[in-house]
Amino acid sequence: MPACDGPTIVVKDHYQLVIIGAGPTGLSAARVAADHGVDVALLDEQPAPGGQIYRAMESIPPARAGLLGDEYQHGRKIVSSFRQCNVDYLSDTQVWSLNSKREIGLLQGDEPLMITADQVLLASGAMERPVPFPGWTLPGVMNAGAGQILFKSHGIVPNDGVVLAGSGPLLLLLAWQYMHAGVKIQALLDLTPMRNHLRALPRLPRALMARHYLAKGLVYKKDLKRAGISTLHNVSDLHATGNDHISSVSFRHRGRQRSIETELLLVHFGLIPNAHLSRAAGCEYQWDRSQQCWRPELDDWGSSSIDGILIAGDGAGIGGARTAEHAGRLSALQATYALGIIDKYERDQLSRDDRKWMHDDLHIRPFLESFFHIPRKLLSVPDDDTIVCRCEEVTAGEIRMAVADGHSDSNQVKFLTRCGMGPCQGRQCAEAVAHIVAAAGGEKVAQGGHYRGRPPVAPLTLGQLASLYPEETE
Amino acid sequence: MRADVLIIGGGLIGFSTALQLAMRGSRCIVLEKDSAGRHASGVNAGGLRQLNRHPAEIPLSVAAAEMWHNIDTLVGSDCDTRFPGQIRVAENAADMLLLEERAAMVRSLGFQHEEIIGKDQLYRLVPALSPHCIGGLISRKDGYGRPFHALDAFRRKACSLGVEFHSSTRVDELERSGTEWSAITAKGEFRAPLLVNCAGAWAGRIAAAAGDAAPVKPGAPMLMISERIPHFMDPVIGAASRKLSFKQMQNGTLLIGGAHMAKLDLEHQVTDMNWAKLAVSARTVMALFPQLKNVRIVRTWAGIEAFMPDNLPVIGSGTSPGVYHAFGFSAHGFQLSPVVGKIMSQLILDGKTDLPIEAFSIERF
Repeated sequence: MPACDGPTIVVKDHYQLVIIGAGPTGLSAARVAADHGVDVALLDEQPAPGGQIYRAMESIPPARAGLLGDEYQHGRKIVSSFRQCNVDYLSDTQVWSLNSKREIGLLQGDEPLMITADQVLLASGAMERPVPFPGWTLPGVMNAGAGQILFKSHGIVPNDGVVLAGSGPLLLLLAWQYMHAGVKIQALLDLTPMRNHLRALPRLPRALMARHYLAKGLVYKKDLKRAGISTLHNVSDLHATGNDHISSVSFRHRGRQRSIETELLLVHFGLIPNAHLSRAAGCEYQWDRSQQCWRPELDDWGSSSIDGILIAGDGAGIGGARTAEHAGRLSALQATYALGIIDKYERDQLSRDDRKWMHDDLHIRPFLESFFHIPRKLLSVPDDDTIVCRCEEVTAGEIRMAVADGHSDSNQVKFLTRCGMGPCQGRQCAEAVAHIVAAAGGEKVAQGGHYRGRPPVAPLTLGQLASLYPEETE
Repeated sequence: MRADVLIIGGGLIGFSTALQLAMRGSRCIVLEKDSAGRHASGVNAGGLRQLNRHPAEIPLSVAAAEMWHNIDTLVGSDCDTRFPGQIRVAENAADMLLLEERAAMVRSLGFQHEEIIGKDQLYRLVPALSPHCIGGLISRKDGYGRPFHALDAFRRKACSLGVEFHSSTRVDELERSGTEWSAITAKGEFRAPLLVNCAGAWAGRIAAAAGDAAPVKPGAPMLMISERIPHFMDPVIGAASRKLSFKQMQNGTLLIGGAHMAKLDLEHQVTDMNWAKLAVSARTVMALFPQLKNVRIVRTWAGIEAFMPDNLPVIGSGTSPGVYHAFGFSAHGFQLSPVVGKIMSQLILDGKTDLPIEAFSIERF
């Protein structure tokens, strides 16, 4: 039975399983759970299934899809398999709250709703790691991921040239996609330090067991070189300048200060788990030194520290789209087991293939993590004048001053300086603040801590809130 | 480690007490299980309100207001205070009657700070208010401050005068040996002849260990704050017959409180928002300011605070020798904190205070 799209569905007050996020994790999880007869709702903010990685899969013109490469094409199978199953798929739906009792606040159009679930699977994916550097708040400086979204959804590419800068596989992929789309790439500035090659070398043998990823990277590089795109390696001291818009980017390369005039700079510094909802619910997190981010504390089925809340895919730690697909199925089996629909034996049997594929797919990660390790100096925003919290315009220097005054964790610094208190809810500054606090106090990042999650995690107006629980009185 | 006075609780009351004692030469140690102002002190609504106080609290609140208006001379910072007045609005004749009776009662006690205003004056002060209101009760010298900034200023000033502050230092046990109290913590033993319990929501446990019973009920009043919007209102607004505290902060954000409680797990110090009650708060704001319908809420939170059965604090000496208490402010302690520090220092050093505190005795339970 085909699932029908959001607006025609009457949302129930309660579901056995609510999945949040319709990327590879959520889509494959929904299929598994629905196949076992679980009463599932899949909530997603986008108008169509696919998540970030397979965005606009069902509507993209074939020519553009071709430019995006094989990995993107793989998403077609997942999306069409999902379309065969019977779940309440709520698209264009914002989730603004999740708490430890598995009460979920959502918003469809202008209408807020509260629903509950026996099991919740967070499949919220990844976000780009925000790394503040001088000039990063200037219009014309964007995340590489934003560039990719415009390309996938609308076929929009930069007309007048672009500089790409940062470190990570996505940067290379976007350069390759842009090259095929005929975009003028003025330069690709690779901020990966040379010493990372040495750091990654011991992880190379294991990575060879997932050599298709390595091969792909090498092909991208070769193609870019052949197309004559200038790639500068071992770049440092990235700096965007301009008055009310970026006009040039300056940097250090081979001991020399250089600069390139450009109207558009796309930056990328790797991916980190998107943790806003799980933090608001109160899930426990720990610092992962290799991935340089916080990861939720999970068992190997994705069960978090809160009963009935599971986390899978990149939201559980960056593993990529293929791993996410397997992880989604494992968590769906666990949820189905927790609901009493299958027994332990069945769960374990059904999970064997996914476990094996996931294990094989993850061979590449330690290599990638060490190869694209971001220098601590860059993460802890060395320049005092750089704005860290763009909502409240708090600089790195102000944060260091708060630490010097005895405020030794991110939350105290937030109370004092207001960093992280703006409309973005600290999405853009939480990581940087933790690094700055840790570096300034001579502590490990884990000690600096992370802002406590504060709902609503998506915009909710006073009027929308007022329309909830109409029967409730003082 | 030894001092003249051990203060348990690194919140505003604890630091205010430490500051006043240090100003008179006492050596104090403040012990805090988390970080300074981590709970109610750092995250409350920051109201500086004499309006609508319980009669027993009025003399303290009036004295505290004097101190807040000169807070810079005490702590070297204005704590981001503003004094645009606080108003309780009347939406109908019954409300107005309630407010008039209240004003008369306050006057009969000899205080003049609560004043009835008519419709004209109300709308001159708050032109943005929905047109159905008919008057109000105002306390013109009331206002608000920024709680964490105040806490920080009190802490810095106290520490600059020699107060020793230990964060992440939870008191696991209290013992009386000879003429001294000893607080056992994971970071060692702290000793002093005198002990002040300013432990907020955790004060019941400390009181019990010091030989006093106090029915402290921890609670977590919810607050929400909006995005910044253009300035449209100065005074802090309450209502005669609704739960509301509503103000536009100096940076343009709207702070909405209504004394509705979050679901609290005290053991893990975790709060879950009660959206049904926040929806009620939102409806209350919309009833008085319908034009705010599309303003976005940015954040909600709830600080953990001590409530007493009669909503009055415990201020005074304990039954065991050398024990003093200042806790249980039931979500209205921020404004009282400077004067409570002063009262505690007077009780400890002079054996008496010039303000009436009989109503706050721990022996009332």
